[in-house]
Amino acid sequence: MSTFSAVDPIEEDEVELLAKLRAGDAKATERWVRESTPRLLAVTRRMLRSEEDARDAVQDAFISAFRALDGFEGGSRLSTWLHRIAVNAALMKLRTRRRKPEESIDDLLPNFLEDGHHVNSPTEWPGNAQDWVERDEVRQSVREAITRLPETHRNVLVLRDIEELDTAEVAKMLEITPGAVKTRLHRARLALRELLDPVLREDAS
Amino acid sequence: MNCREMTDFLMAYLDDELPQAQREGFDAHLQECPPCIVYLDTYKEAVRLGKQVCARDDSPLPEDVPEVLIDAILAARER
Repeated sequence: MSTFSAVDPIEEDEVELLAKLRAGDAKATERWVRESTPRLLAVTRRMLRSEEDARDAVQDAFISAFRALDGFEGGSRLSTWLHRIAVNAALMKLRTRRRKPEESIDDLLPNFLEDGHHVNSPTEWPGNAQDWVERDEVRQSVREAITRLPETHRNVLVLRDIEELDTAEVAKMLEITPGAVKTRLHRARLALRELLDPVLREDAS
Repeated sequence: MNCREMTDFLMAYLDDELPQAQREGFDAHLQECPPCIVYLDTYKEAVRLGKQVCARDDSPLPEDVPEVLIDAILAARER
């Protein structure tokens, strides 16, 4: 189910909070900001490598949210609505900040011989797949691998696989074609696999 | 189809978006190429791990939220 699905409407506990936020209740606002910021910062840090940009995007997200509170119709949970605003704020940051030359993803992709065979024949990842995600060092490796992806590819992976937006939504947000979304997603996943391969191939536990 | 092409078409194959002829070529290659079966499995695992590790409710939240950021947000609300 999409993270931003409208089938998960605002819940009882948030109705009261929303009323307080709209009324400008300082305590409720502070609690909302304190409780929401860590999660939003996790989202913007995933999309923006610069800590300053990630923080700015969270701040921009709240500023947008404060302005839009009166118009919020309760079609989703308040937290989901705010999450989406933060994703948009991070994307806006990407668009407006000074562009650095994009590093190529080619070095992270699998290599093939001239006859089309793998240069390094793929080997299994031993161990119990269900256990990997429970282990700190594996989770750390996955996060580092995602961080290493070039920005244009990383953001497609984040929006499609993690935020669970569909191809058309991502295409619209990034102002690229659906075909380009698919190509970048596939290449990002291939690179993610290559980056995790040395970690999980060696793992015999 | 060779291993390189198999890799190119992997996502479309998993999303069931390959035309019939290419799908048959893909399946035929998998039948005769055990390394590509391993590649397919590990690709799926990498995607699954990426999703699970970063899933909103599974990730540890940052504990280093700067107070200056909270203050700036609250100050923006007051303006």
